[in-house]
Amino acid sequence: MWNGDYQFLLSNLIQKDFKVRYRNMSLGVLWSLLNPLVTMGVLAFVFGRLLHSPQRNYPVFLLCGLVPFNFFSLAWGSATSSLVDSTSIIKRVAVPREVIPISTVLGNCLHLLIQIGLLLVFTLATGERVTWNWLWLPFIWGMFVALVCGLSLVSSAVNIYVRDTRYVVESFNAVLFWLVPIVYSFENISPRYAEVYRLNPVAAMVMALRRILMDAAAPAPSLLMQLSLGSLVTLGIGLFVFHRLKQNFYDYL
Amino acid sequence: MIEFNGVTKAFRHGASARLLRAHLQDAIKRKKPDYFHALSNVSFRIEDGESLAVVGRNGAGKSTLLGLVAGLAQPSEGRVLVEGRVAALLELGSGFHAELTGAENLRLNASLLGLSRARTEEVYDAIVTFADIGDFINEPLRIFSSGMLMRLAFAVAIHVDPDILIVDEVLAVGDVAFQAKCFERIRRFKADRKTLLFVSHAPVLVRELCERALWLDRGRVMMDGPVNQVLEAYEGQAGA
Repeated sequence: MWNGDYQFLLSNLIQKDFKVRYRNMSLGVLWSLLNPLVTMGVLAFVFGRLLHSPQRNYPVFLLCGLVPFNFFSLAWGSATSSLVDSTSIIKRVAVPREVIPISTVLGNCLHLLIQIGLLLVFTLATGERVTWNWLWLPFIWGMFVALVCGLSLVSSAVNIYVRDTRYVVESFNAVLFWLVPIVYSFENISPRYAEVYRLNPVAAMVMALRRILMDAAAPAPSLLMQLSLGSLVTLGIGLFVFHRLKQNFYDYL
Repeated sequence: MIEFNGVTKAFRHGASARLLRAHLQDAIKRKKPDYFHALSNVSFRIEDGESLAVVGRNGAGKSTLLGLVAGLAQPSEGRVLVEGRVAALLELGSGFHAELTGAENLRLNASLLGLSRARTEEVYDAIVTFADIGDFINEPLRIFSSGMLMRLAFAVAIHVDPDILIVDEVLAVGDVAFQAKCFERIRRFKADRKTLLFVSHAPVLVRELCERALWLDRGRVMMDGPVNQVLEAYEGQAGA
């Protein structure tokens, strides 16, 4: 049995992802800032100017949607193929397999931190204030990361058996963009669908974020409950499914 | 201590890299999967301090056997018992990344093999000295020769201080001087009552390092005994 240093292993794997990604980029970490800025700029122009969104402080409104969504789709997408991409580790080294998708998700958190920094700078620059409710931010982000870890554990394991899982995840994320209140507000949703729509954890995250940063208020308790319960249950299911499937990884890689 | 008790390992034909289409086709046709037995009813026991060579043709099941010892795969039938920390050198550069430098790969590999952060820093200099690859330690791995890669991989694995060391063929790419250094190190390792599991197609290396050999053919144990006898029988059969 492997009984090594989890923390050391995780930090090495995360650093590997990070270094491999940035070493060959002349702009380096700036890409993490440029990408959401460009997307925000385009969306702000189209929906804010051309289509005249009535939304107050539309750039921050957009970033509150884009930052969680970008993290969600990138982290989940890359973690889904992480096990197959790490065949040389799975087939040669007896490390606990859970570490691979989880380190990929945590590696994406480094970009996330940079983007959260960008979001907060924009928030303050556009005249919003820092309030005590900002203390909710670490909590909801933590829950959100747990959610992505849970989903990634399932999808990365299934991807070993059925290799087109990653394409399903990618397509799903493309559709998800429109099912999360990024360019529009939750208030626009017809009451008939609102209850179902609300179940989407990414939508819940965006709504909680806007409430804290733009309304200077604590997220509704029901929203927090849903976010934390949904995330922890997903993580639990993820660990369980992964544990069941990992016995045969070697045979299917 | 390593014990195999009636171990069988079966793989499904064409199991890897399947798309959804293939799964659906099997389900619709109710196709029964056909299995390929990489190991059939293999039993043996290695005591601490023994060194065993596994010989056999390509596809005889050697790598599968090593994979089971290393805890990478589960047996389909039978029982595998392994006591102690295992370090496996199974393929050159596995767990290494071409874009990272030698030093970064050293730390990554040490952590994969289960070394703690503190212990890694303690033995860091010893590993670098043993690998003896000079300034390349700060260069990306993609410019390493296969010999240098093996030097680094072996240096890390031996410094993990395993109870069981598995070496699959990789020593062959080292130069004579480095091979001599590895042998010296392996002899010390054996003197400490540690276990060596060795796979090689070079009889000279096998005789040099192991007292006992296990000959596998199509997943079955053909012979298990003193290295010279087994190698003679194996080579006689291969020549015929």
